[in-house]
Amino acid sequence: MAYAGTVEFDPTRDYPLGDRRPDLVTTPSGLRQADVTLEAVCAGTLGGEDVRATAETIERQAAVALAAGRKPLAENLLRAAELAAVPADTVLEIYTALRPRRATSAELESWAGRLERDFAAPRTAAFVREALTVYARRGLLAVDERRPAQV
Amino acid sequence: MSEDPPRSERFVTREARVLRKELLVSPWPELGLVAFDGPNDPEPELVVENGCVTRIDGRGVDEFDVIDHFLASHGLNLEAAGDAAALTDEELARRLVDVDVPREELVTLSSGITPARLARVVSMLDPVELMFALKKLRARRRPANQAHVTNLKENPALLAADAAEAAARGFAEVETTVGVARYAPLNALAILVGSQTGRPGVLTQCAVEERRNLQLAIQGLVTYAETLSVYGTEPVFVDGDDTPWSKALLAAAYASRGVKVRFTSGGGSEALMGHAEGKSMLYLEARCLATIRAAGSQGVQNGSISCVALALSVPGGTREILAENVLAAWLDLEVAAGNDAIASHSEIRKTAKLMGQFLPGTDFVTSGYSVMPRRDNTFGGGNYDADDLDEWLTMQRDWQVDGGIEPVGEQELVAVRRHAARAVQAVFSAFGFPTITDEEIEAATLGFDSRALPDRDRAADVAAADRVLADRISGLDVARALADAGFADVAEAVLGMQRHRIAADYLQTSAIIAPDGTVEAAVNDPNEYAGPGTGYRLEGERWATLRSLPHELDPRELVDGHDEDAPPLLAELATAGRRSSDRDVVIAVGPAFGDRLRETINGLRHEEVLAAVLAGVRESGAEPRLVRVRRTSDVAFIAHDGARLSGSGIGVGLQSKGTAVIHRADLQPLDNLELFGMAPLLTLDSYRAIGRNAAGYANGEPVGPVPTELDNFARAKLIVTTTLLHARETAAIVPDAPAVEVTLA
Repeated sequence: MAYAGTVEFDPTRDYPLGDRRPDLVTTPSGLRQADVTLEAVCAGTLGGEDVRATAETIERQAAVALAAGRKPLAENLLRAAELAAVPADTVLEIYTALRPRRATSAELESWAGRLERDFAAPRTAAFVREALTVYARRGLLAVDERRPAQV
Repeated sequence: MSEDPPRSERFVTREARVLRKELLVSPWPELGLVAFDGPNDPEPELVVENGCVTRIDGRGVDEFDVIDHFLASHGLNLEAAGDAAALTDEELARRLVDVDVPREELVTLSSGITPARLARVVSMLDPVELMFALKKLRARRRPANQAHVTNLKENPALLAADAAEAAARGFAEVETTVGVARYAPLNALAILVGSQTGRPGVLTQCAVEERRNLQLAIQGLVTYAETLSVYGTEPVFVDGDDTPWSKALLAAAYASRGVKVRFTSGGGSEALMGHAEGKSMLYLEARCLATIRAAGSQGVQNGSISCVALALSVPGGTREILAENVLAAWLDLEVAAGNDAIASHSEIRKTAKLMGQFLPGTDFVTSGYSVMPRRDNTFGGGNYDADDLDEWLTMQRDWQVDGGIEPVGEQELVAVRRHAARAVQAVFSAFGFPTITDEEIEAATLGFDSRALPDRDRAADVAAADRVLADRISGLDVARALADAGFADVAEAVLGMQRHRIAADYLQTSAIIAPDGTVEAAVNDPNEYAGPGTGYRLEGERWATLRSLPHELDPRELVDGHDEDAPPLLAELATAGRRSSDRDVVIAVGPAFGDRLRETINGLRHEEVLAAVLAGVRESGAEPRLVRVRRTSDVAFIAHDGARLSGSGIGVGLQSKGTAVIHRADLQPLDNLELFGMAPLLTLDSYRAIGRNAAGYANGEPVGPVPTELDNFARAKLIVTTTLLHARETAAIVPDAPAVEVTLA
């Protein structure tokens, strides 16, 4: 046992988490599934956008995927776990920056830095840097207007 | 000037059939109009140096395009690559159809194979082998289906009613879209309420621009997305305004908000967008699928999707589409297998194509079955729609195959549709949105399509849609509004979907939610097919559900028609003997005639049939005599027995269902003078003419056969009734009993 009174998570046996490990599953504000009742909803004590998975839950789903032999899915879910705490507008800005010829090398590097520093998202940061390298080779970066491309 | 050659009427007639609205073209590989083995498809190649991929399918790192780079970084399991390299293409292809090679082993091998080799190996399978491979490789044990729900008026009551019907019919996912983008929040709301009314646990999505879609997900109004398109060449990928990295990030963004993600790809899209680079459809799709897996998507909707008609224009197109689905399943992706866009004008052709996915079963047999009539399908699809439902259900019953749609009775569906429309009416009222009238509810419940509904104030609806976003109206708000208005059942189901967001179990491969709330995915409900008796089989309770169509009849109740207590039509006299008079013509009836059966299959009463035959014999100068043959129900033997008793040697045999034969004593029993097998087309005039001809044979006159008509569909229409009527005749047989003379009682 990892902690007193709790049973360690076993990704090969604990899926579906909602049925098998309700003790591990909460909303970001700490509510359990059993707390999300019609009575609570009607009493107005629940916030709508709070009722979602935490980064920890998504990490556990990544562990389930990995245990089932699905490495790329697991990696995607680990990036998702990192993004769970990033505001939606910011996530969409990063998405836009990764679209073809939207961002310069410096801008992508800046996003990678922010992901590391502000959001503790090293995997996603590395993913952005990897894109930067490939985009540079394939002409998929935005042209930096301050430094026009050399002819 | 030369004259046009003469035309064959048969060719001209075929040209007018709907099939010929479609163009068939010979391959033009340079444009990508080739299904398999494009001349520019590269030779499979994978070179790894110092743990890094340095060559993929004919290109070195310096020539890699953005897709090659992505696959080199995320798409190839180098350990599996070694195992796969040790096998020949033939050995790999054989393993795909070998029941003794587990799916898991094949999936692992696929992770070490480059796109060119994936395409080459799958293209070695013929159509039946492809179907078998698909059955074996599907990720989830149980196949399912997805519904499309839209309407031209974007009427929320009708959307809710159709979503409820889709859910009640067992669809695991319901997808809507919009004609006008700003409607998206209302459409998402309507199908959420509708689907959860029909069956709790149905996943829903609204196919709109990504930012809007993500916002709807954050508010708990949708639970999955399949709008992430991928293409097999770099120019098309970039024209689609994405790269593998941007799409993968978007997938992670959706997952971070608890949205199940499925990518989209399909053969022909690169050719349509002008940059196929001379490569075959299957090879380019292999690149897409490898990219999709590498991006970490749990699944894909593929099988040409919206380009299906382009794939079908080239030789082998149907086989190529099936090969795409097999590849996706081999790569361990959930497969929503197309069959949503219209594949062909021809019902024969499009259904022949469907069988490739329908018989093996896929995670979603269609990427959207149009639950409403095609006219209201704003996806521009509707390959199969509301009008085709009985056919789909009948095919499931015919093949004993689960195509993911359940038969439901009319009144049960009417009730579900009305409940859903009322529920969404209550939600609109609670949020102060434009009123949904009772008139709209009745039209949405009972009408054929959106033409039955009154027009709404579209400006007011769009303003309400904007408020859903501005006020951040959430799934919880919807549940509260439903509970306050007395829709506790729907409220609880909508709330259940919010609870699922907390555990996010439906992010796993092939996840759907059963009515009891259990998430069924490839993790906990894997396809472990390993030959006969294993894997998913349609049997037991599920088979009973799918085979019992509302219009199925109990054959025991079919042919009871007459009053059992009515006195028999014929009185039996003495045993029949042979007469010597050469004017004697015997009319021999079957064992049940005028007794347990009282009319022919054409609905003619037996006394009228007899009167017609007797009148015919008399008016041609012979003497009819009525006899009942009791030992057989076969019309040839009934007639022949009659002929052997007849003084003239001529007998007419009459089965109770109306089939008649004119026979002569010196012929073999199964030979005859005239046979009237088309009982459904015989009239009283026909029976009278039969009597006249029988008398003519007895008199030794020259006789022209009674004119008969032919209905080639009579058998399809009436063979069950024929069987039941004949069974009653046969049940009346008295073995070895001699024929008896009878008279009209």
